Amino acid sequence: MNSIANGILTRLARFRASVLSNYLFILPALAMFLTFNVYPFYKVLNMSFFHWNGIDLGGGTFAGLANYKEALLEDHTWWYSIRNAAIITVLALTLQNFLALVLAWIVDRGIKGGQFYRSVFFLPPILSGVVVGLVWNWIFRGDAGLLNNVLDKLGMSGWAHAWFSDIRTALLSLAVVHMWKGFGWGFMILLAGLQGIPRELYEAARVDGANEFGIFWKITVPLMIPVFALVSVLTILGTMQLYDLVVVTTMGGPSGHTEVPMFTIIRELTENHRFGYAASLGVVFGFILVFVSLIQLQLAKRVKAE
Amino acid sequence: MEKSEIRRKSKKVISAIIRHGILASVAFTCIFPLIWMFSSSLKTQQSILTDMSLVPAHPQFSNFVTAWTEGNFGSYFLNSVIYTAGVVLGVLLIASLAAYAFARLQFPGKTFLFYMFLSTIMIPVPGAIVAIYVLIMKLGLVNTRLGYILPQINGSLAVALFILKPFFERIPVELEDAARIDGCGRIGIWWNVLIPLAKPALAVVALFTAITVWNEFILAQLILQDQSLMPLTKGLLTFWGGRLAQDHLLMAGATITVIPIILAYIILQKHIIAGATAGAVKG
Repeated sequence: MNSIANGILTRLARFRASVLSNYLFILPALAMFLTFNVYPFYKVLNMSFFHWNGIDLGGGTFAGLANYKEALLEDHTWWYSIRNAAIITVLALTLQNFLALVLAWIVDRGIKGGQFYRSVFFLPPILSGVVVGLVWNWIFRGDAGLLNNVLDKLGMSGWAHAWFSDIRTALLSLAVVHMWKGFGWGFMILLAGLQGIPRELYEAARVDGANEFGIFWKITVPLMIPVFALVSVLTILGTMQLYDLVVVTTMGGPSGHTEVPMFTIIRELTENHRFGYAASLGVVFGFILVFVSLIQLQLAKRVKAE
Repeated sequence: MEKSEIRRKSKKVISAIIRHGILASVAFTCIFPLIWMFSSSLKTQQSILTDMSLVPAHPQFSNFVTAWTEGNFGSYFLNSVIYTAGVVLGVLLIASLAAYAFARLQFPGKTFLFYMFLSTIMIPVPGAIVAIYVLIMKLGLVNTRLGYILPQINGSLAVALFILKPFFERIPVELEDAARIDGCGRIGIWWNVLIPLAKPALAVVALFTAITVWNEFILAQLILQDQSLMPLTKGLLTFWGGRLAQDHLLMAGATITVIPIILAYIILQKHIIAGATAGAVKG
């Protein structure tokens, strides 16, 4: 009797030990997750209620909602930077994704050299934002820039100016570079989506006498709505958090006309040493991003249902 | 009859010309800035502002030597290699251990923990960079290689898990039996059976991570102030604002920065596209 009970107990203990040791395999990942995801999440919320210069050992003084009051109501630069990012985002959502869709559509229909085009379009997305910014800086610059030179040759020297430092063109130029770097992403995801549509559907429609436009509108678009939603959300998240390009092209200038949210947050942190305030901006910005993404996904769901 | 045939054919040709025209002009704008960068890197400080030719008459390949040595790009390059290697190794090790556990081992809370990891790639926390910076400060890791590597390992973990776990699940369990009979434990099976069989997936993860780390900028901007520790991206920015700032050398530095990426892309394109789209599609 006793020996049976003992046997069960040792087995149980062995089982426990092995299950517990199974956790060892995820322990490093879990430690990373707790340190760099959970703690920062808590810490940024916590910091946002304090005034702190990043140096004082106590972690600063309690600020209540003062940081949020400033971020939401008083800081016009902050909202201007959100406006700037929003403008670029709208351009990217429309122009960039439209271009990506047209290109993906053409490649999906089958064309000689499709593989080559695919590779080339995906080149800008894998390049460093810093390099892309520097090269376009060099193309857009006022004195010896390539673009101005070309305009000069075309007899349009009246158009030539410093694209990145003129208030009228700075934001638009930034948007162009950002879209140049980003459209390959949309192209690749949209193409994958298009290639997932069964060819029989197209053939059946063609037999029924539908033209290319009708096929696109009646078959492709409805099936692609989840993919459109995905690309839109990725475009919004990617564009709103723009940073590298701005640092190497305009530095937020001229006079704040190309300032974007991540740039403002980092400046509050590194230059103004307002850690609590930077944290509250981060929280506000996070809410905006999650909110916009949710709306986008909800809209896609509704359109799909109809 | 013949006329309509000709019309149909010419219509086809015109449509092909238009389609190729669109694709080719976009492809041109993708490649041209890179060619312009390379071409500018071969000019002299005098000719770069006036010489608008694509192939300079006297290409100055010595610019690359100057950028590499005096411009410090040699040191930046080495740093980028160190960071990339460090993060890739860390991600492969940690993610493959965890993916093995999630695919094969039993423990309470498994599903919850897995989705907890995945949630990090779906919920944007732009403010987290502020807290990560504070954390690195508190750990005393500002201006250290480790302080730059650790957060990036975490940054790529979730996508790596997302790619590796299903791949491990598809490997037939029977393949592990032989190893088990030979007396292999879980670690032995992970190392001797799964890792060798998962090489294609591990390659995808490694490339995806490597490109992310090679191009990383915002953390470098915050954490690394010491010039001897900077990777290429921050090095470029430092050079740009520095004493030696000259456009032809800057373009040489930019070329040095993108060459490894472009070479890797040419050779390993399939894996890179697979990893990048997996990273994008995530959820």
